[in-house]
Amino acid sequence: MESLEYRECLIELIYQLADDDFLLAYRGSEWLGLAPHIEEDVAFASISQDLMGHAALYYGLLEDLGEGKVDKLTHDRSPEQFRNAILVELPNGTGTYLEDPSYDWAFTVVRNYFYTLSKKIRLDSIKKASYEPLQQIVQKISIEMSYHMMHWEVWFNQLINSTPEARRRMEEAVKTVIEELGGVFSYGRFGDRMVRLSLIESEEVLKQRWITYLNKEVAKEPLTMKQGNGRNGVHTIHLANALDTLSEVYKSVPTAEW
Amino acid sequence: MEISTNERMDHFMNRINDGEKIEADDWMPDDYREALIRLISMHGISEIMGALPEKEWVPKAPTVYRKLAIMAKVQDEMGHGQLLLRVAEDLMEPLGKNRDDIMKDLFSGKLKFHNVFHMKAPTWGDAGVIAWLVDGAAIISQTMMLGTSYGPYGRALKRICAEEVFHAQHGESIIMSLAEGTKEQRALLQDSINRWWSSLLMFFGPRTNAETGHSNQDKNMRYKLRTKTNEQLRQEFLTKYVPRVWALGLTIPDPTLRFDAESSEWKYQQPDWEEFKKIVTGHGPKSKERLALRVQSYEMNSWVREALGTCRISKVTR
Repeated sequence: MESLEYRECLIELIYQLADDDFLLAYRGSEWLGLAPHIEEDVAFASISQDLMGHAALYYGLLEDLGEGKVDKLTHDRSPEQFRNAILVELPNGTGTYLEDPSYDWAFTVVRNYFYTLSKKIRLDSIKKASYEPLQQIVQKISIEMSYHMMHWEVWFNQLINSTPEARRRMEEAVKTVIEELGGVFSYGRFGDRMVRLSLIESEEVLKQRWITYLNKEVAKEPLTMKQGNGRNGVHTIHLANALDTLSEVYKSVPTAEW
Repeated sequence: MEISTNERMDHFMNRINDGEKIEADDWMPDDYREALIRLISMHGISEIMGALPEKEWVPKAPTVYRKLAIMAKVQDEMGHGQLLLRVAEDLMEPLGKNRDDIMKDLFSGKLKFHNVFHMKAPTWGDAGVIAWLVDGAAIISQTMMLGTSYGPYGRALKRICAEEVFHAQHGESIIMSLAEGTKEQRALLQDSINRWWSSLLMFFGPRTNAETGHSNQDKNMRYKLRTKTNEQLRQEFLTKYVPRVWALGLTIPDPTLRFDAESSEWKYQQPDWEEFKKIVTGHGPKSKERLALRVQSYEMNSWVREALGTCRISKVTR
């Protein structure tokens, strides 16, 4: 591998990709058994497994790069070490998945649709990137992206063009998601160097592709990161809560193999 | 010439006794249809309610690999529920009923779900025991049903049984890690086995009507919906799993449990069948909470079903 700087930026980028998918897979898994109908429950579970699988591939790459074991990376880092965008750590609604989950399907559809589109754009850009092992993983993941896109696009279009209540809920969800979507496009403090080292194209180029694709009144608001930039380790309390749940058993017997 | 009901019935029973399969559009006596609807909707809804105790452990599963495996398993359970409810829906159609009615019957307590899914699953050990032993018990009873006289049910079961084998292996893998693990992990596992033992015995239902006052097993046998009695299935389960549990150095919380060579039968302490009756009528330790979760999901998503045009119930009734 090239310089120390290159390695540092590469690792940072992979953490961003990994942690985004890991957290959104978790949010998806909380919906198990609670989706609007049984058929969707099954389909959504496939997507959540895909996301968790993608995260596992990225973490595997980080393990190869000397960052530590996959299960340690996923279960034993503090919140400020996570590099996911705040958008993916936000809860599905009020309550927890165990107690009184009052989940918002409109938010879930919009978050997943907007995220999936941004992920696809990011991965397409990384396909041209300079680090081959990452390129190979991205090729593999890209195959599944078209199914995820199709799934969330159909939901999005169906609901936003349906009853007045559905439209109102969807528009509200669009507003909420856009507020944090800027964080998904950010590369954090390593951004300039990532671009200079040809790991990925610039944030602005990718953001513009996202806006052009939607090309509707949907994307009229600016993409912001209202609660901070997760890429720099800034997170909400929701991430800490999520990590407590995700690592509860792992941490219960520190010396154990599971 | 008009065919009398008796002739139809004779023809129908001859088909069943010849081992023919009945299909959804074939003539069938009302009580056969009713028995199927009861059996299959209970089975289907149990799969769906069964997703809830295990779902509790999906995010908490202790490795990425375990998280993926248990997520896939819960998805399978929902998928089984979907396959089975589709079979039940076809049977209900001539009665003017659909999936919404199944859900409403579940909420009102008219439609019951399996005793095991009323129970608490407070530790990761329970996630292992459910997958290994509850799914192991399910494999035994569902394999028996593969020969069922109703074709669509048999075909759904074929696919379900294939997937249940993976579930049992997934469970076995969790169990092995715990059994070979630290002192704490072994204790966790033993504790789960103790907790689930009587539920596992209850899983197959009472031996005769005497225990609970009623049972559908006689009718279901006559119609060849099933081919073995509850007790035969329980004995198969004990034969398969008791030696395995013992081989792991674990104990079973029944000092009287033994294989009686003379009668070639396992002797065991009967579970509390009064308790069983309470559990399946919705008075188990987690009955209310799990049902409440299902109702909540139904209500919080009603606007989605309405938006999709599948919501038959108007809001005015609420």
